[in-house]
Parts: sequence; structure tokens; C-alpha cells
Amino acid sequence: MMPRIRWHILVFLAPAVLVYSAVMVFPLFNTLRLALFSEVDQTRVFVGLENFQTLFGDPVWSEQFWNALGNNFWFFVVHMIVQNPIGIALAAILSHPRLRFAALYRSAIFIPTILSFVIVGFAWKLILSPIWGIAPTLLDAVWLKSLYAPWLGKEEYALTTLALVSVWQFVGIPMMLTYAALITIPEEILEAGEIDGITGMSAFWKIKLPLILPTIGIISILTFVGNFNAFDLIYVAQGALAGPDFSTDILGTFMYRTFFGFQLQLGDPHMGSAIAGAMFAIILVGVCIYLFGIQTRMRRYQL
Amino acid sequence: MNKARTNPLNAVAMHGALILYTVIALFPVFIILINSFKERRAIFREPLALPNSESFSMVGYETVLTQGDFFGYFQNSMIVTVASLFFTLLFGAMAAFALSEYRFKGNMLMGLYLALGIMIPIRIGTVAILEMMVATGLVNTLWALILVYTAQGLPLAIFILTEFMRQVSEDLKNAARVDGLSEYTIFLRLVLPLVRPALATVAVFNMIPIWNDLWFPLILAPAEEVKTLTLGSQVFIGQYVTNWNAVLAALSMAILPVLILYVIFSRQLIRGLTSGAVK
Repeated sequence: MMPRIRWHILVFLAPAVLVYSAVMVFPLFNTLRLALFSEVDQTRVFVGLENFQTLFGDPVWSEQFWNALGNNFWFFVVHMIVQNPIGIALAAILSHPRLRFAALYRSAIFIPTILSFVIVGFAWKLILSPIWGIAPTLLDAVWLKSLYAPWLGKEEYALTTLALVSVWQFVGIPMMLTYAALITIPEEILEAGEIDGITGMSAFWKIKLPLILPTIGIISILTFVGNFNAFDLIYVAQGALAGPDFSTDILGTFMYRTFFGFQLQLGDPHMGSAIAGAMFAIILVGVCIYLFGIQTRMRRYQL
Repeated sequence: MNKARTNPLNAVAMHGALILYTVIALFPVFIILINSFKERRAIFREPLALPNSESFSMVGYETVLTQGDFFGYFQNSMIVTVASLFFTLLFGAMAAFALSEYRFKGNMLMGLYLALGIMIPIRIGTVAILEMMVATGLVNTLWALILVYTAQGLPLAIFILTEFMRQVSEDLKNAARVDGLSEYTIFLRLVLPLVRPALATVAVFNMIPIWNDLWFPLILAPAEEVKTLTLGSQVFIGQYVTNWNAVLAALSMAILPVLILYVIFSRQLIRGLTSGAVK
């Protein structure tokens, strides 16, 4: 006997599946498809992998691509070695059971995270600007004025400076996620450790940190995906050309310039799609490494 | 509680570290806000001083309010954010209900398909999205943004809401069925109110990224009448870059609504972030 069709299931699923498929999944694959085409005499022609050949083989393109990829990687590294440890350290302090004003600190430290890139980018641009002189004044107050340089304007510092601005903005995320994990650790485990003489810092390193490793894994993959699809901060602070001399160019700005065009260069949707395809591959590899290489091997403790 | 964990010296060190970081986090916002109320000379002469009767000036705000349509931008941002959240929550909850409530062929597969988008950023598909919006005439309308943000929000919304809906008591739903309520009524009247906290979590998660997004407004809706506040302030500041009063006032006007929203929703947001919904 045929089971009767339960229409209500269809009704419940249809809107979400339709919108998600039409506006997210289909364009994603369509973009990958467009990467295999090119425009010749105003018609779309199938060219196979030619766009990728240009992207990786043509010195003009490949130099830009590897520059953007390298910068993007450095952007990610700065987040991993600065943002996440600071976030975890703040969470470790905040989760201390007897700490007063914890909620106040937590809310205040999270404020930069809710601001838009436009605000963050311009605010830091003003603060670091040699014209306004807030940064030199502050450095002078701690006798470090000699260290000051117009960081955003110097090729060798600009990218790291922007990465640190981004770290400043997003420290709240690893802090909150780690905090959430830390407060679920039962008191008994910590007390058992105390009986064995493990307290303070060593309790953090030996008991808490191993227990929150899965959370640190999630934070890492979120950082990775977020960084490799970043765009806004660089665009706001340095413009689509990601100056000075492309030293802050990352994949997001490179893709934007290529497919949307800027100033005199016309947009090329097909090359833009090829870059999007490369970004897709990079993110996919990262997510797969996390899902199959890290997450499944991580020891989870039943709490 | 053991003594070793409540050393007063430790407490001082902890507060010291937290206060230091709080200052780092708030200082730039503070500097922007106080200087937006100063006249030009005071901004440069004493950037760290609070505005006083002599240096106080609203000239920046006057420029912003006469030159830029900030209320229009604000309204656009509001419409886009509220509508996107509404559709994300409604469609997400409906799909989550179907996935958690009924056994049907392909249930697992459907769940997996819908969850794929959690990790893959929608921005990768921008080229094709723009082409589609041009083809359907949705470019430079708020609908383009609402559709994109709804699609982007759905995967995580469905994932979180499915988890929560599984916890709604089976007996309750079956009792309602015995009373002859339709599946739609059960969803609307029974399940939806019970998962309200989860809906709030999803809403707060999605709200900030939608409100702050620059990428899609820049590409899909750059026309003056549909500019969002984020894009509007970016373009405005870009034009007035040498008018420091105007720039600082525009920044402050962009900060203010978000800060007010944060004060209203911060408890909800932090509870959502720390409730482990993203584990």
C-alpha cells in the first residue's frame, strides 16, 4: 500500500528549502560554473579551466593571487596567535567563581564586536593617523613615542596593523565561547584536582584546558572561515586597492576588485568566479581538515 | 571553597587585567564619541579632553543631518534587518519542525543539506547572486538584501531550532492531536511559543551581522534610496574625509543605534552565546 503523501511536511519544508536552494546553493554552484566560461565578443563561451590557468599561470594574475593568499594567511595567523589566546585568557579570568563585576566586564569587552567594520575601520584610521596624533600622544605617555610610525601607510606594517584592529574587534567571540565552555566544568572535578594539589594556573593548564579543547577547535575553524572570507575592514580602511601597493590585499578584496571592477578596470565576472572558486576550495579544505582531521580525533570527556 | 583559589592578590591581578582590557576595548569608541561634540580646533588641540562649554559644538551633526539622509539609511537598515530576521525565524522554525517532528524518507539527508551552509559563506556565490538579482530586477531593492540574509541565516537557524524542538514533549503534541488540532495549529500555537528562547537566540545571532554587513549592500543595493546605514555612513565618510567634525559625527551616529540595541539585548545575546547553542 502506498503511504499517503503528508502535505503538511512539504508545506513546512518548502519555504526554507526554496529560499536556501535558490539564493545560496544554486548561486554557489553557478559561480563555480561561471568560472569555466569567458566573455568573447560579448557572448559567453565555455573555456574549461582556462581562467584558472590565467589565475595561476599568467604572471600578472598569479602574482596578485599569491600575494592576496599569503596576506590572507598572515591575517589568519595573527588572529590565531593574538586573538584566540587573549580571548581564552579573558574567559579564564571571567569564569572565576568569585569574581565581582564579571557581567559588566563581559558586556564591555564585547562592545567592539557589535560595531560595524565601517565604524571600526574609520575609528582606528583616525586614531592611528599622524594628523590627529592620538596614537603618538598615548605612546608618549608611556615613553614609547619613538616606536610610533604611520602604521597604516607603511607597506611592512599595514597588514599586521589591520589584523590587530580586527583582533581588537573580535576578541569577544572566542572569549564568549570559551567562557561558555568553562562554566560547564563541574565544581567536583576542580575540587578533586585541589585535593591533589592542583590549583590556580596549573588547574587551568592541566584540567580546564584539556576539557575545553573541542571549543578551541570550533573557535579555530570559525576564525579560519571568517578570515578567508574577510573583506569589509580592509575595504573601509584601505579601499578596494588594498594599499599601500597591495600590501593589505586579501582574497576578499582581490575578488571584489576583479569581478566588480574599480576605477578604470572593468569588472570581469568570470575571473571573479575563478577567484571565488579558489576561495571555496581553500575554505572547503580547511573545514574538512577540521571535521575529519581534528574533530574526530579530539578526545571528548563526558562531563 | 579552598583558600588557594581566593587569594586577594590574585583578585587584584584579575581585576587589573580585566580593567586594562576593558579600557582597550572602549577607548576608541569613547574618543570618537567625545570628539564628535567638539569644534574643529579642540579636536586637534586636545583630542583626549572632554568637551566643555568652550569647545562644545554640534557642527558635525548639523553637516551630517543636512548633507546625508541618515534617517533614510537607518530606516532601510531597520526594514532589511527586521524582515530578514522574520523570514529566517519563520521559515527556519517551519523547516526545523518538519525535521524534528516527522519521520520521512530523506529526513537525515535534508537535515544535512540544510546544514551545509553553516560553514560555507554565502559570499563565495556573490557573482551568481548579482547576476540573478540583475536578471530578476531585484538589484537596488531591499528585497535583494532580505533574500540573501534570509538564505544566509537559515542553515544555523534550522540547526539550532531542530535541537530545541526535539525537546518539546511528545505527549503534549499527541494530546493536541487527539483533541483534533491540525499540524499547523500545533506548530503555531503549541511548539512555537515553547521554543521562544531559542528563537530569540537565533534572532540575536543574526541581527548584528545583518545590520553591519557592507559587502552585499555595496554590491546588490548601492543606490541612494536603498542604502543601509552601514553603507551610507561608509560612503558619507568617504566623501567628507577631510571634514573631521562630520566624520566623527557620522561615526557616532552609526555607533549609537547599535549601542542602544546592545544595551537592550545584551543579556539575551550573552545568554544565547553562552548557552552552548553553537556547540
